[in-house]
Amino acid sequence: MNFTLKVWRQKNAADKGGLVTYEVKGISDDSSFFEMLDLLNQQLIGQGVDPIAFDHDCREGICGTCSLYINGRPHGPLKGTTTCQVHMRSFKDGDTIFIEPWRCSAFPVIKDLIVDRSAFDKVIQAGGYVSVNSGGIPDANTIPVPKHDSDASFDAAACIGCGACVASCPNASAMLFVSAKVSHLALLPQGRVEAERRVRHMVATMDSLGFGNCSNTYACEAECPKEISVANIARMNREFLAAKLLAEKEKQVSVSL
Amino acid sequence: MINLNAGAPKGPLAEQWATYKSGCKLVNPNNKRKLDIIVVGTGLAGASAASTLGELGYNVKVFCYQDTPRRAHSIAAQGGINAAKNYQNDGDNVFRLFYDTIKGGDYRARESNVYRLASISPQIIDLCVAQGVPFAREYGGLLANRSFGGTQVSRTFYARGQTGQQLLIGAYSALSRQIAEGNVTLLNRRDILDIVIVDGKARGVIARNLVTGEIERHSAHAVVLASGGYGNVFYLSTNAMGSNVTPAWSAYKKGALFANPCFTQIHPTCIPVHGELQSKLTLMSESLRNDGRIWVPIDKSDAEKIRRKEIRPEDIAETKRDYYLERRYPAFGNLVPRDVASRAAKERCDAGYGVGSTGLAVFLDFGDAIKRLGRDAIAARYGNLFQMYEQIVNDDPYKTPMMIYPAVHYTMGGIWVDYDLMTTVPGLYAIGECNFSDHGANRLGASALMQGLADGYFVLPYTIAGYLSGEIHTPRIATDLPEFDAAAKGVTDRLSALKNTNGKESVDFFHRKLGKIMWEYCGMARNESGLLKALDLIAELKAEFASSVRIPGGLNEYNPELEKAWRVQDFIELGDLMVRDALQRRESCGGHFREEFQTPDGEAMRNDEEFAFVGAWEFTGQGSTPALHKEELRFETVTPSQRSYK
Repeated sequence: MNFTLKVWRQKNAADKGGLVTYEVKGISDDSSFFEMLDLLNQQLIGQGVDPIAFDHDCREGICGTCSLYINGRPHGPLKGTTTCQVHMRSFKDGDTIFIEPWRCSAFPVIKDLIVDRSAFDKVIQAGGYVSVNSGGIPDANTIPVPKHDSDASFDAAACIGCGACVASCPNASAMLFVSAKVSHLALLPQGRVEAERRVRHMVATMDSLGFGNCSNTYACEAECPKEISVANIARMNREFLAAKLLAEKEKQVSVSL
Repeated sequence: MINLNAGAPKGPLAEQWATYKSGCKLVNPNNKRKLDIIVVGTGLAGASAASTLGELGYNVKVFCYQDTPRRAHSIAAQGGINAAKNYQNDGDNVFRLFYDTIKGGDYRARESNVYRLASISPQIIDLCVAQGVPFAREYGGLLANRSFGGTQVSRTFYARGQTGQQLLIGAYSALSRQIAEGNVTLLNRRDILDIVIVDGKARGVIARNLVTGEIERHSAHAVVLASGGYGNVFYLSTNAMGSNVTPAWSAYKKGALFANPCFTQIHPTCIPVHGELQSKLTLMSESLRNDGRIWVPIDKSDAEKIRRKEIRPEDIAETKRDYYLERRYPAFGNLVPRDVASRAAKERCDAGYGVGSTGLAVFLDFGDAIKRLGRDAIAARYGNLFQMYEQIVNDDPYKTPMMIYPAVHYTMGGIWVDYDLMTTVPGLYAIGECNFSDHGANRLGASALMQGLADGYFVLPYTIAGYLSGEIHTPRIATDLPEFDAAAKGVTDRLSALKNTNGKESVDFFHRKLGKIMWEYCGMARNESGLLKALDLIAELKAEFASSVRIPGGLNEYNPELEKAWRVQDFIELGDLMVRDALQRRESCGGHFREEFQTPDGEAMRNDEEFAFVGAWEFTGQGSTPALHKEELRFETVTPSQRSYK
């Protein structure tokens, strides 16, 4: 198969960047999207041209390193699939393919197709954990968890932190990512203990990092490679409201004391 | 000859760790604040160690080459984590897990370390559940288990087919909490290119900032390597693209011994290779062997027709199928250990019964399980794996059998460590897959996650205190010492030399070539003449790389080709050491199969008289032959026997 590629090239964060056209030929339809880019890079190296930098690591759809808008869609044309699991059989011979980095002010470009997603780490550092140390833990089966809750918690915990939700959102909102973590822990008895504190801190940090608001377009769910549900956003809103009410109640109690 | 003494406590195996913990030295909280520790890597071992050391109050710096700690390759582990909980009441206990691990490793692991690992395993599950890891559960709300290869009990805890992901997220969240509290500093997108030794002790690292290219110096009172395995020496493996041996190799060159490098695990259930341009291989979890049955056609003519796509597997009658694992190993059937299953697949394919377009594949068939349990039950157990398979192969495993073939997956060898997990360099520790200690010549399924977390959460935090208690009078280490200058200069010089080679071939060209040599001569089966040939081929490749590699881009910018070049150069040197180790080990054991040493029915033939030792290699200078040292393995609790899964 042959393709015309329009690839975003940007030397570094300060560079303006732009689309550059490349032709690739003789690609097997069993090749993955990245194997196609590997081939192009080998050609570029042969010509003494700087190869295209793109983020990738496990190449089996679980590490969350890969990104890319492919023809304007985060992670390409397939539903529930990361870029590294897209194969060239999903395209037509002779297609022109546009390849660009995530575009969002909270994810600045480092080089070419690579962006800095450390804002997500900061959100997790604000409370995306259960505050237990590695000693003095009771036997695992002393905390029974209804199977349904545990499964629902897993569904939220399956988020790979790739940033496609932000990239797909017209407001560059991180609500799906943040709500997935809030839900994962809020659905479990272990995580309930500090659920109110967690949601308050995580939402405040999310707001401070330049992510936009949610306006219910549901593009995030449609493009999420792990098909994380927008029901998590509703759950986070409930948790947030309850936490705020609780905080106000606590304030009143302390005043009246 | 270096005297390799593991230093395990005296006394009965079952009491050693308790004895150790009662007697080991501690560091008081005021002093912990003054002690710096560097942790290299943020997989299960690195993240769990860094977070626990942070909780204890040490000053920790943690490094990863990825953009965030949550992406380390532990994330890709699918099947599960073993623990001797005996929740199923099926006869499990600590001794059995210990015994299965020693036996599965073909009696080439150290009893004291393995027993400790088995005894710690239940605590890991407790902690992970407390962190919010959503393990699979039964309707009663308690934890579920499944069985895995090489065992006859169900002791594997799992989170669908994404156990590694969920455990890593648990460790990453614990780490994030410590970062937020200021106990741990995260340095992401960094390669560790050298270990700095001052007065014989590990005192820091030289890192390259992958975004800016800056060469950085970081000092500490102790350095912990948790940089994972070296499977990418084979080019095609199930490891992540960035997984590399570089931090471990730097340690080797600075005096740490490298143990059993030839012990590599070829995993039986991977998606077969499709073509020359392939960049990586994808594992299909071993848990699939719980319900999937492995077979090839009985008749060669059927196999040929399948390869030519004239018939489909469904067209082959039940009586015309050879379920070769069930036939050869009736007691364990499809659940034999990985090395046994891999070799059996190779044997059938080499004999001409392989399927798929290349003939290098066998069937993994869920037809019976779907008939027995229903499609929904199978989807609940393996849904994400089936989906992944369909994505890659474009075939629906609910309707037609999967095709699988063995691929490089894990490396049992690694940096030699003692009972404290300290290398032969004082103050330098190695944990997780990066060390050699627990899996002998073959690792059992679901034991890597167990070892990584045991080392990081529960072993190292105790043992490192013994060393650091002697360091409380050592002030912060300065980074302008001559040793740091020399190490930084060494790194800068090597980077410049790579960049200035200006040859013709890309880094990948050499990496692919190396992979082919290693797979052909030091892969699933090895023999003396092949290994000798590999030594020559690797030497040629090393020279060719030095004269004709081409690296575009600059030194002081984001440059993935430069990163790869350094890693591949290390892999070429490691390949040489692996071949030497495979040559000296004139026996077959676990994943190391020397064709000259096999039983009449093709099973591995160990030689305990001569080879019941850990082969630990010492670097003796560039271009000089490395020196072999031996740690004798004493089996005081179990009696080594010929492994039988029949």
